[in-house]
Amino acid sequence: MRQSRASLIGAYVVLGILALLFLVPFYVMIRNAFSTSTWISSPTWHLLPNSWGTGNLSRLLANTNVGLVQALGVSAVIAVTQTVLTLVIAAMAGYALAKLAPAGRGPMRRASSAVLGLTLVTLMVPSAVTFVPSFVMVAGLGWVSSFRGLIVPLLFSAFAVFLYRQYFTGFPVELEEAARLDGAGYWRTFWRVVMPNSIGITGAIGTITFIGAWNAFLWPLLIGQDRAYRTVQVALSTFMTSQGVDVPELFTGGLVAILPVVLVFVVLQRFLVEGVERSGIG
Amino acid sequence: MSAPAIDRRLTSGRAASGWRRVVGGRTFWFWVFVAPFLVGLLTFVYVPIVWSAYLSLFDARNTVTPRPDQFVGFGNYVSLLTDKAFLTSLGTFTVFTLVIVPLTYAASLGLALLLQRVRVARTFFRSVFFIPTAVSYVIAAMIWRLSLFNGARFGMVNTIIRSFGGAPVGWLSGDTPVYWVVLVSLRLWLQVGFYMILFIAGLNRIGQDTYEAAALDGATGWKLFRHITWPQLASTSAAIVLLIVISAFQAFDEFYNTLATIGGYPPFARPPLVYLYLISLGGGSQNLGLGSAGTMILTLVIVVFGVVQLVGTRRLKARR
Repeated sequence: MRQSRASLIGAYVVLGILALLFLVPFYVMIRNAFSTSTWISSPTWHLLPNSWGTGNLSRLLANTNVGLVQALGVSAVIAVTQTVLTLVIAAMAGYALAKLAPAGRGPMRRASSAVLGLTLVTLMVPSAVTFVPSFVMVAGLGWVSSFRGLIVPLLFSAFAVFLYRQYFTGFPVELEEAARLDGAGYWRTFWRVVMPNSIGITGAIGTITFIGAWNAFLWPLLIGQDRAYRTVQVALSTFMTSQGVDVPELFTGGLVAILPVVLVFVVLQRFLVEGVERSGIG
Repeated sequence: MSAPAIDRRLTSGRAASGWRRVVGGRTFWFWVFVAPFLVGLLTFVYVPIVWSAYLSLFDARNTVTPRPDQFVGFGNYVSLLTDKAFLTSLGTFTVFTLVIVPLTYAASLGLALLLQRVRVARTFFRSVFFIPTAVSYVIAAMIWRLSLFNGARFGMVNTIIRSFGGAPVGWLSGDTPVYWVVLVSLRLWLQVGFYMILFIAGLNRIGQDTYEAAALDGATGWKLFRHITWPQLASTSAAIVLLIVISAFQAFDEFYNTLATIGGYPPFARPPLVYLYLISLGGGSQNLGLGSAGTMILTLVIVVFGVVQLVGTRRLKARR
């Protein structure tokens, strides 16, 4: 499609302005993280920071009220464990629903259709809406303030199962048959042949799960009340709503908390874009 | 070759017992593969919902196993449905949705269309709009609340307003509904990139030959969009609107972190989940009976909405 030069220039101008607007929040965070309190609350806006260096960071790390290092550790444990286990559980279930569902019309066929139906229904009810039931269950198990309580209820993602199922439905059957003719059973075929050929989708679902777990707020707020189980989001939120908040320290904490996800994001963006596109929408 | 044929080949040779055939078979492995997910889903989604439905009939405070004398029937439901604050929270959700859906929709579609027109630096621009998706609502709220829309003179937007001679605005004081500007712009910034990617995928699915045929008929610019692009995006659009509404229904993080103070959560801007949190788990004591009843009502609302949207989309497709 040809387009006039003027309209192309117009498109770039609009994109440029919007891109600048989208970057403003990042700029503000970086500026505040490297400024002093009085510099930030000055009535004239200072474009550049005035406290380059690690002064704010070392004060933040020494601030025992925040406990940033421990919170980063808790978040890392939760995000990594949740991502790995979600992937394993969802890949297996998605593969089963796509490729192993019993054929024919017997009761087994109906049972497997019911599993798929249950998965689709679960997609409709977001887990955030049912936080009270989840809390009831975890409290009943005595898992409040524990890693089990923070992680286990989130491992069974209908969304991830659905994405894997969509992907495996189109997986070439020849590869599996070749493996099985070589004497590999279903289990070995899945782990040795199918999964190594599903890096893209696994990267996509993994990235989405990791970012979601790292950024989660409501569930860790309910279950990680004990200091030892505070995630970085809950720690920052608590700091933000407490008395006498130190703004430069807070923004330094925000910057530190954002680094892992932005890093993962930038490195794996290709997978992520692919994953979002694959989500079977449209 | 079909899978059962392979099974026969593997199990024949020695006279395999019936049990053996079951263990090695496809159906057996189906259940092995699906079991972890299925057991987890039942244990951590469906059993809790049933348990909660039971609890919703009790005055269950600080307990998940109420005594028979705490039974209140539908008392919790009655008190919720007659509570003005609960109905207000549904109204708040409605207002929020009516604002956020068209804005998010238009902005993400607009960005996708703009990106389609440029070649150079397309990936760069896409990344800039997409990266906010990785930021948590907690951190976005921090930036919006303490710097961009800080009610003091030194807030960034207030600085700009003052430079034009205006008076600083108390964005989050609740005296006027301007706090919606804060909450809506925050959510827009954070989620527009995600829907933009979905629209790009939808646009890529429209064949180039469709455009070429339309161009031969002399369609350009707005006409091309109105008669080709827009109708071709119908199912993508329907899915995106559904996703935006469902995510607005779950709004909690940014409201809580933008508005909660040491003195508690202010009386305004309480969407359903914030309301539910405040009455059930947010205070000093846990009112799990009332919270469970609230969950049942809200789950019903979202399921009914989902079904209506699904049926509506089907009808629309059938008519085409």
